[in-house]
Amino acid sequence: MKKIVEFTVNGEPREMTVDTCRSLLDALREEVGLTGTKKGCDVGDCGACTVIVDGEPVNACLMLAVEAEGRSVQTVEGLQPGVDRLHPLQDAFMRHGASQCGFCTPGILMMAKKLLDDNPNPTDEDIRFGLSGNICRCTGYTKIFDAIKSAAREMEAARS
Amino acid sequence: MRRFDYHRAETLEHASRLLTELGDDTFLFAGGTDLLVEIRERLRRVRNVVDIKAIPGLSDITYDETRGLTFGALVTVGRLERLPLVRQRYPNLRAAFASLGSIQVRNRATVVGNICRASPSADTIPPLIADGAFVHIYSRTDMRVVPLSEFFTGPGRTVLAKGEIVTGITVPPAADNSGKAYLKHGRRKAMELSTVGVAVSLLMEEGVCSDIRIALGAVGATVLRASQAEAMLRGTALDAATVKSAADKAMEECTPISNVRASADYRRDMVGVLTGRAIKQALETFA
Ligand SMILES: Cc1cc2nc3c(=O)[nH]c(=O)nc-3n(C[C@@H](O)[C@@H](O)[C@H](O)COP(=O)(O)OP(=O)(O)OC[C@H]3O[C@@H](n4cnc5c(N)ncnc54)[C@H](O)[C@@H]3O)c2cc1C
Ligand code: FES
Ligand code: FES
Repeated sequence: MKKIVEFTVNGEPREMTVDTCRSLLDALREEVGLTGTKKGCDVGDCGACTVIVDGEPVNACLMLAVEAEGRSVQTVEGLQPGVDRLHPLQDAFMRHGASQCGFCTPGILMMAKKLLDDNPNPTDEDIRFGLSGNICRCTGYTKIFDAIKSAAREMEAARS
Repeated sequence: MRRFDYHRAETLEHASRLLTELGDDTFLFAGGTDLLVEIRERLRRVRNVVDIKAIPGLSDITYDETRGLTFGALVTVGRLERLPLVRQRYPNLRAAFASLGSIQVRNRATVVGNICRASPSADTIPPLIADGAFVHIYSRTDMRVVPLSEFFTGPGRTVLAKGEIVTGITVPPAADNSGKAYLKHGRRKAMELSTVGVAVSLLMEEGVCSDIRIALGAVGATVLRASQAEAMLRGTALDAATVKSAADKAMEECTPISNVRASADYRRDMVGVLTGRAIKQALETFA
């Protein structure tokens, strides 16, 4: 069974025709062409597929594409504020070497964005709690923590 | 992924009718965090899913001092976890909610889905049973209310008949003289299913325990009540010696199995340790 789904992705209205058993993750990557969101495990364990739906982070692998009808989805492609400008988190991840193979990075960036939106000055414990659904097999997490704390400071400085 | 058809129910009556008309292999679909995983891992054969998220009235949360806390079938674990009332009055539920999966999973997973999956290791079940929660069940002919402690008939099995739908859960009010705790034990802190989960809810009157319920997760075919241990504790001051013998009794009452997460012996030992610790933590409310 196929269905037409109307929703917004990174602020832009979109329409896609999808099989009703397709995950939002597969639909974003294959129908919409946004391959920034990664598929690690496809069962909710790794967080590589994290997107923000109506303001809340979810695993795109554990949501059906048809459920996106009428909703607003943010992916890593929508993180940068302009074509040649990076989000402070993206910039900090590059400077701190917080990304090695990069497979976990899109999911972690979306989770970190949500964390800083809700809590501009997170403690290490807040970051650990916020990222507990995101697995990274390369970095050992230390550089990810450094990058998030540095981005938090820069965003704070930019506000004041 | 195996193919299945997707249906969006408009009302409870509609969902119930779809469940009976579409035949076997038709399942209600709430957050999908169990169902989609079971489909992908080929643990369950699914031909149709009936999405209940468009049914009105299932997303409410209410609290009053006589009835207690009631939440609908669509209320997510994450929403309840963040609710100040839950933090303040139900630290046991809050501990269970905050320990379930990840933030992403909790934003989708419903508490009702967690109980309907009826896993012996489900984290929300022990504290809800210890608190004496009730399940509201809809069928096309009537509504019934079942104590959660009588809802489960085996691993993955419940009293729900074909076409029945859980509409919500009511947790009795949290009295000022109540103490509550839920302790989850796993191999790591985050993203881990329970190896053992112990919930304790108790009432103290003038230094004496007037009531106590102990619920044990992941150590039996369903979540168990340690009723003999409870009986040993009622009417006592919960002194260390009595708590110790009751914890030993709880170890006898559980029926754990060995699996990839732990051996039966280890689980039994942990029931002893965690029962004592959970009682202590529940009493900290009065310290
Ligand atoms: C990565 C990951 C980690 C997890 N970690 C934990 C954990 O630490 N602890 C834990 O306890 N659980 C854990 N879970 C499982 C937990 O997410 C689920 O049990 C969840 O709570 C089920 O709710 P749902 O809304 O997603 O249900 P669904 O998957 O939609 O449904 C689950 C079952 O309940 C039935 N159902 C749903 N709603 C109703 C209703 N209203 N009436 C009757 N039947 C209904 C469905 O038909 C299905 O059989 C984890 C899951 C994932 C993917
Ligand atoms: S791909 Fe979705 S959590 Fe791993
Ligand atoms: S950078 Fe490789 S998994 Fe995180």
